[in-house]
Amino acid sequence: MRPKTKNNEIHNGEIMFVCVCMVVLMLAVIWNIVDFMLHDKEEAINNSFNPRQELLASQNIRGSIYSADGEVLAKTRVLEDGTEQRYYPYQNLFAHVVGYSTKGKTGIEFSENMKMLTSHASLSNKIQNELNAEKNIGDSVITTLDVSLQQVAYDTLGVYSGVIVVTQPSTGKILAMVSKPDYDPNEIATIWEDLVEDDSSSVLLNRATQGLYPPGSTFKIVTALEYYRQNQKDVSGYYYSCGGSFSKDGNTIRCYHGQNHGSVDFTRSFAKSCNSSFANIGTSLDIVSFQNTCRDLLFNSELKLELPYKQSRFMLTTSDVTDTVMQTSIGQGKTQITPMHLNMITAAIANQGVCMTPYVVDRIESATGSVVKRNSPSQETVMMTEEEAAFMTKLMTEVVLSGTASKLDGLSYTAAGKTGSAEFSENKLDSHAWFTGFAPAENPQVCVTVIVESAGSGGDYAVPIAKRVFDEFFGKN
Amino acid sequence: MAHVISDLSKYVIVFFMALYTILCFFCVRDKEEDDHGWIYALQIICMFMVHFLGFAAICLETGDISYIIFYGFQQILLFATIALYRVIYPAVNKLIINNMCMLLTISFMILTRISYEKSIKQFLIVTASLIVGLFIPYFIKRLRFLKHLTWIYGMVGAFLLIVVAVLGAVTHGAKLSYSIAGISFQPSEFVKILFVFFIAGMLKESKSFGQVVITTVAAAVHILILVFSKDLGSALIFFVTYLVMLYIATRKIYYLLAGGLAGAIAAYVAYYLFSHIQIRIIAWQDPWNHINDEGYQITQSLFAIGTGGWYGMGIYQGNPTAIPYVEQDFIFSAIAEELGVIFAICMILVCVSCFISIMTIAMRLKEEFYRYIAIGIGMIYMTQVFLTIGGGTRFIPLTGVTLPLISYGGSSVLATIIMFCIVQGLYCVREQEGIRHAKKAKRRKKAVRPVRETEDEE
Repeated sequence: MRPKTKNNEIHNGEIMFVCVCMVVLMLAVIWNIVDFMLHDKEEAINNSFNPRQELLASQNIRGSIYSADGEVLAKTRVLEDGTEQRYYPYQNLFAHVVGYSTKGKTGIEFSENMKMLTSHASLSNKIQNELNAEKNIGDSVITTLDVSLQQVAYDTLGVYSGVIVVTQPSTGKILAMVSKPDYDPNEIATIWEDLVEDDSSSVLLNRATQGLYPPGSTFKIVTALEYYRQNQKDVSGYYYSCGGSFSKDGNTIRCYHGQNHGSVDFTRSFAKSCNSSFANIGTSLDIVSFQNTCRDLLFNSELKLELPYKQSRFMLTTSDVTDTVMQTSIGQGKTQITPMHLNMITAAIANQGVCMTPYVVDRIESATGSVVKRNSPSQETVMMTEEEAAFMTKLMTEVVLSGTASKLDGLSYTAAGKTGSAEFSENKLDSHAWFTGFAPAENPQVCVTVIVESAGSGGDYAVPIAKRVFDEFFGKN
Repeated sequence: MAHVISDLSKYVIVFFMALYTILCFFCVRDKEEDDHGWIYALQIICMFMVHFLGFAAICLETGDISYIIFYGFQQILLFATIALYRVIYPAVNKLIINNMCMLLTISFMILTRISYEKSIKQFLIVTASLIVGLFIPYFIKRLRFLKHLTWIYGMVGAFLLIVVAVLGAVTHGAKLSYSIAGISFQPSEFVKILFVFFIAGMLKESKSFGQVVITTVAAAVHILILVFSKDLGSALIFFVTYLVMLYIATRKIYYLLAGGLAGAIAAYVAYYLFSHIQIRIIAWQDPWNHINDEGYQITQSLFAIGTGGWYGMGIYQGNPTAIPYVEQDFIFSAIAEELGVIFAICMILVCVSCFISIMTIAMRLKEEFYRYIAIGIGMIYMTQVFLTIGGGTRFIPLTGVTLPLISYGGSSVLATIIMFCIVQGLYCVREQEGIRHAKKAKRRKKAVRPVRETEDEE
């Protein structure tokens, strides 16, 4: 063309560039909204500051909570005068895991609050309700909980304070979860003042996920795994001569009740829960690697758990003195763990090293029975290799066959596990009784973690409780 | 029964909105918009279906028949707008007209739901604005001297801003408006237009370094006045618009980069200087731990969007009034709550479609002055949409600007309608240019046909 028009030539490259930038920016805004809707929405809207909860409650009747086999765990009854009342047929039995919905909300009543307030009833159902001027029924929550297993666990724990967690290692389903002391959620409104004022017993706390305990000898699972990681080839060559205590740098660790274990190899150290041998092992470990292993096992980490929980703590650092290292290797010291977390580690060993995220809500159903949302098992993390899990299973089987959990030996199933007696006060005779384990060892179907507060040794107090739960589980299968 | 019907209507509304949005991008794709008569017709049908179903739900839910009358008036206004603009200016860009009417439709629906009284007020202002707007393309086409008033635009604009900063009433921590005869008036909305004209005039004159410096100083004066009036949203809009206009006029990327850097430094300094900026940053970063004070608005907004879900709670089924200033700063969240996130995303895409249309017009304009104005208006519009929706969804910190055409607010809607009509005027100018050029080319072609060799010398 002409030179004149060349001077006037239109350059649209810059406009195009700006245009594309702005469109990309707006797409990012849209993406952010979609991301919020897909990932953060559920957690965000289930907040007491969200006034829409009351709005939904005025339109729908709060849905029910069921056990895996269809028993009602919580339901809303409409009284004759039209007021609604939440009713828990099993009273204290499911207090912590199901929770309560008046005076604040906890447990499933909290985590599934919005779902139970929303109604996916069928259209014809809604039209009918509309014509009858009735509220729609909110969606129901079907849990993974097993009533008979929960009952046995609850009864066996008896008058003791403590926790029993029962899960399925291959899926992460929580089959039973007992925390004591407990309360009757039907009476929460009347007993509320007393419960809140009483700080010492912390009845409202779900100890399974929020109770931080010293792990005691159950922590030897972690120490043993770490030793195996660092000395894979020499484990079979390990020997230690136990004289009832171990001293280093002027610090001494004693075996439980001053027992003398004699000459022990690695497996026997674990089976007999020899403190001296494990203090010896602990002082030989590389601390940084130990920290990494604990990170793999989700200490000091967030979990994907839907129930409110506390993070377990592992505080060992390279600057710590020998005494702290020795104490930490046998599960005393500053380490703290929740029973739920210990159950996850145990379940990972049972499930070839893969830790599944524990969950208690199997599915959400509308009042007319159609499935609104189904939770499928999901992987939390890989805690260890398959080979390491097999090694740990072998160690834990030996605990049952010839060690501290011998009360589980000679049954129709082979159990594997680890006991613990965690000292928690200056009085060395007072200890929490721990047991965590699974069965059958060759093909694990159930994982049980027990802690009985201030009872005594794990072998004497926690193992028999775990046995009752195992018996119940295998008795009916 | 009424409840069930209105509950179902929301899905149909989402369907028509989605269809409308898809059609928008059918139009943008091709160059010759005249072939798309059927698309525009289909869009108008979608628009009226959304409007009809929305008001049907409002009537059913409230049981108040008086809304039907209001609906009738809105219907007449929208019909008249679509028809009149087409009749008076046959060359008008029909997609922009449709989009403008669609956004106004959404505005009418949601404002009626939030506050009947406010929606009537808004309706009257929109009616007046559309009548004013009707004349604007004519003036743009005829008044050629508009391009010689550069400094008047700049002076008047800066003067208005100063008056507001000094005298203005303090609203929500920012001096934004003052009242004349009882009508609250927000000058920064109109200064946006003057600002674009001023910058366009300056850059049309010369792109020399000296001219750029003078223009930058003048633009900085505008922006600083806004910053000291605590109107950060507007300051940002002016800033971004100026940078983009400068970049496109000079075609020098380093102006854009240097400006961006200067802006970042200024933002950093402002963060330490002004406590109200710090509060907004806190509310953006961690609203959940400040849910009772700084983070209250944004968390309420997120509750609204989240609880509404993809298809919304249905009109009158949500609780949008729980968000403070919902009808201005958080209208997007109210729409997402009651009409659904899908609907709201479609609405964003309609806004994007407006922007693309305006920029496409800019690309085809040959006269620099008009070209820069189109770019400026496009940038003002898109930046404002970005700031308000991004702020309300916690993508960026809140800046407290309104969503053009949809939020409640007379100055805002009047200014936006004027801007859209200026663009329409430019579109018509383009047609004229096109015809002129075609004629010239024809004449030349005729003239030079016998002596082809001279063609390149002229």
